[in-house]
Amino acid sequence: MRRFSTLPFAGTPEQETQLRQWLAEHKEMPGVTMPALQKAQEIYGYLPIEVQRMVAEGLDKPLADIYGVATFYSQFRLAPQGRNRISVCLGTACYVKGSGKIHEKLQEKLNIKDGECTPDGKFSLDSCRCVGACGLAPVLMINEDVYGRLTGDDDELDAILAKYE
Amino acid sequence: MNMVNLKINNVPCQAPEGATILEAAHDAGITIPTLCYLKESKRVNGACRVCVVEVKGAKNLLPACVYPVSEGMEVYTHTKRVQNARKMNLELLLSIHNQDCMSCVRNGDCELLRLCKQYGVDKSNAFEGVLPERQDDDSALHLVKDSSKCIICRRCISTCAENQGVGVINVVERGFNTHIACAFEGKLADSTCIGCGQCITVCPTAALVERDDTEKVWNALDDPTRHVIVQTAPSVRAALGEEFGLPIGTNVQGKMVAALRRLGFDGVFDTDFAADMTIMEEAHEFLDRVKNGGKLPLITSCSPGWVKYCETFHPDFIPNLSSCKSPQQMFGALSKTYYAKKMGIDPRDIYCVSVMPCTAKKIEISRADQSAAGEGIPDVDVSITTRELARMIHRSGLRFVDLPDEDFDPAMGQATGAGHIFGATGGVMEAALRTAVETLTGEKVEPVEFAQVRGTEGIKEAEYQVAGMTLRVCVVSGTANAGKVLDMVRRGEKQYHMIEVMACPGGCVNGGGQPIQPAPVRNFTDIRALRAKALYDQDQASELRRSHENPLVQQVYAEFLGEPGSETAHHVLHTSYQKREKLY
Repeated sequence: MRRFSTLPFAGTPEQETQLRQWLAEHKEMPGVTMPALQKAQEIYGYLPIEVQRMVAEGLDKPLADIYGVATFYSQFRLAPQGRNRISVCLGTACYVKGSGKIHEKLQEKLNIKDGECTPDGKFSLDSCRCVGACGLAPVLMINEDVYGRLTGDDDELDAILAKYE
Repeated sequence: MNMVNLKINNVPCQAPEGATILEAAHDAGITIPTLCYLKESKRVNGACRVCVVEVKGAKNLLPACVYPVSEGMEVYTHTKRVQNARKMNLELLLSIHNQDCMSCVRNGDCELLRLCKQYGVDKSNAFEGVLPERQDDDSALHLVKDSSKCIICRRCISTCAENQGVGVINVVERGFNTHIACAFEGKLADSTCIGCGQCITVCPTAALVERDDTEKVWNALDDPTRHVIVQTAPSVRAALGEEFGLPIGTNVQGKMVAALRRLGFDGVFDTDFAADMTIMEEAHEFLDRVKNGGKLPLITSCSPGWVKYCETFHPDFIPNLSSCKSPQQMFGALSKTYYAKKMGIDPRDIYCVSVMPCTAKKIEISRADQSAAGEGIPDVDVSITTRELARMIHRSGLRFVDLPDEDFDPAMGQATGAGHIFGATGGVMEAALRTAVETLTGEKVEPVEFAQVRGTEGIKEAEYQVAGMTLRVCVVSGTANAGKVLDMVRRGEKQYHMIEVMACPGGCVNGGGQPIQPAPVRNFTDIRALRAKALYDQDQASELRRSHENPLVQQVYAEFLGEPGSETAHHVLHTSYQKREKLY
């Protein structure tokens, strides 16, 4: 079951104008739902109910149709990303080296679940499959920074998290 | 029409160009099983794969429901390979299906169970799937959704989106997480669902079922302090027999009345009487709007699914809705005012049960502004569907087909042919025309039939010259069609004086509370036309065929309401509407 955004929606009027204008221009395009959701995610960073409603209205389609597409493809996010995006590799090499435990530990430390964002918007947590650094397993990334050969100790993870604002 | 020659199981036959293998096989006397396919659905998806057949020269088995016939094609519909594939596909479906068959309301008419038996499925756990957690959505007043019984055939989605223009549910997520839901897992009660129940009648399993209210009725019948009365809508008599093995389109009014009396109701009455009352009020309202420049077109309000659709999707047309309550509610209102007074019974002691072809009626009884006898005294106490009544009769042990034919109780049981035809699309319009035209011209209209508004097409138009004016009317069934017509009216492309809308395709005879016919029947039989014919035949055989000729109607006005449209009539028989937000 998908987890929805627990953060209040903070879209701006400019973002809404931009999205609604795009929808009005592309409404008649065949198969418009996918590109519309991509555009919406490009503008807002994620697809909360407020944004999906705009897409549904703009395309004159039921909200359930939009939601069905948004939950079928893994590229669409229903929760926002944080200022710092943590991604723990759960690929085979990292997993056998204990990245699953690290992933769980981070969920506890941040008090969020996979795919969610902390209430202050500082961190969001995701998992991925292989970042191409299996020699450094287990690996996690925060934004563009790679951290490898992790032990999963509390001190180690706390020190890494402390680097980010 | 170009015909193509093909062979099915080595027997030469012909089929029209463009026909599917399924259709060609049907004409050749072979029923190919289907679970996801429904002819009436506009979204054909070929998802379930139980219709696969072998075609000579084709590497893979082909889905008969979507694959078109071609010249020289050789089809085999029951080879060992076909049988094995169908069996395996059924076993795969079982791996995601909650097989709680013993306590399942669809046990006996479950399409999945029937096919498992037909194809010799002998293991219920041949494949290890992921049985979904039971997640009932029982928030709505009219239906219960149980995802654990769902086989994701998508018939409900197509019906809701294409036929009804609502689209409140869709397939969400993917893989083993795939399920049918409202957007953002919203509850049906908070959604744009109009309550029509069409999804229930197309569901092959018990993933979607009506909320069973029969316990409430049994409890009331068991309570000696209550005066329990029942009203039955026109369409119920045209379909109830199907639950007892009678042919589709058999009018079982007499046996139905006998059964209700034996179940223990203190009064067995006819909603058709209230339909005649509706015509008196609605014709009066119509003529008043025509003469005094009121809001036109006047749009009928008998169908609660349609009313909620209008309030949700086209609120700008709310002023066009007739303020008349539906016949169900008019009956309830009169039972607790006129009838209560006449019988000397406190309206609080009257328990009014309605039997309807409709699930939206379960929602309608709890709408605001539907308690004529006072706050806390609902016009109708409980509304059950045709299917629920059949369940009660089965439980009571009454041998339905052996029952004698009996008449409704006279106090509120007399109706005209105009009331009977209310169940078919066009019926309300025809009944209204019979009364309105005579009122306008002051002359008896012969013949009494207005045949142009009959038939099962989704949108029908007719023009009549009446008293120097051209009366333009439109008859719509299926709310998606209603949306189309309203869009045209809004753009000024069409102008009508009156529009009849029934939420369900074909009208109430095909309502969401009617007996469920499996896909092989629905695909090749027009159940709407057959059931409607039962009502038109009853009309034709009736001595009185105009609502204003109903002596009981005349009596109610003389003794209680005064004139149609009077202050009392407005208080008892009319209601109001409200704009609704689109949340999910």
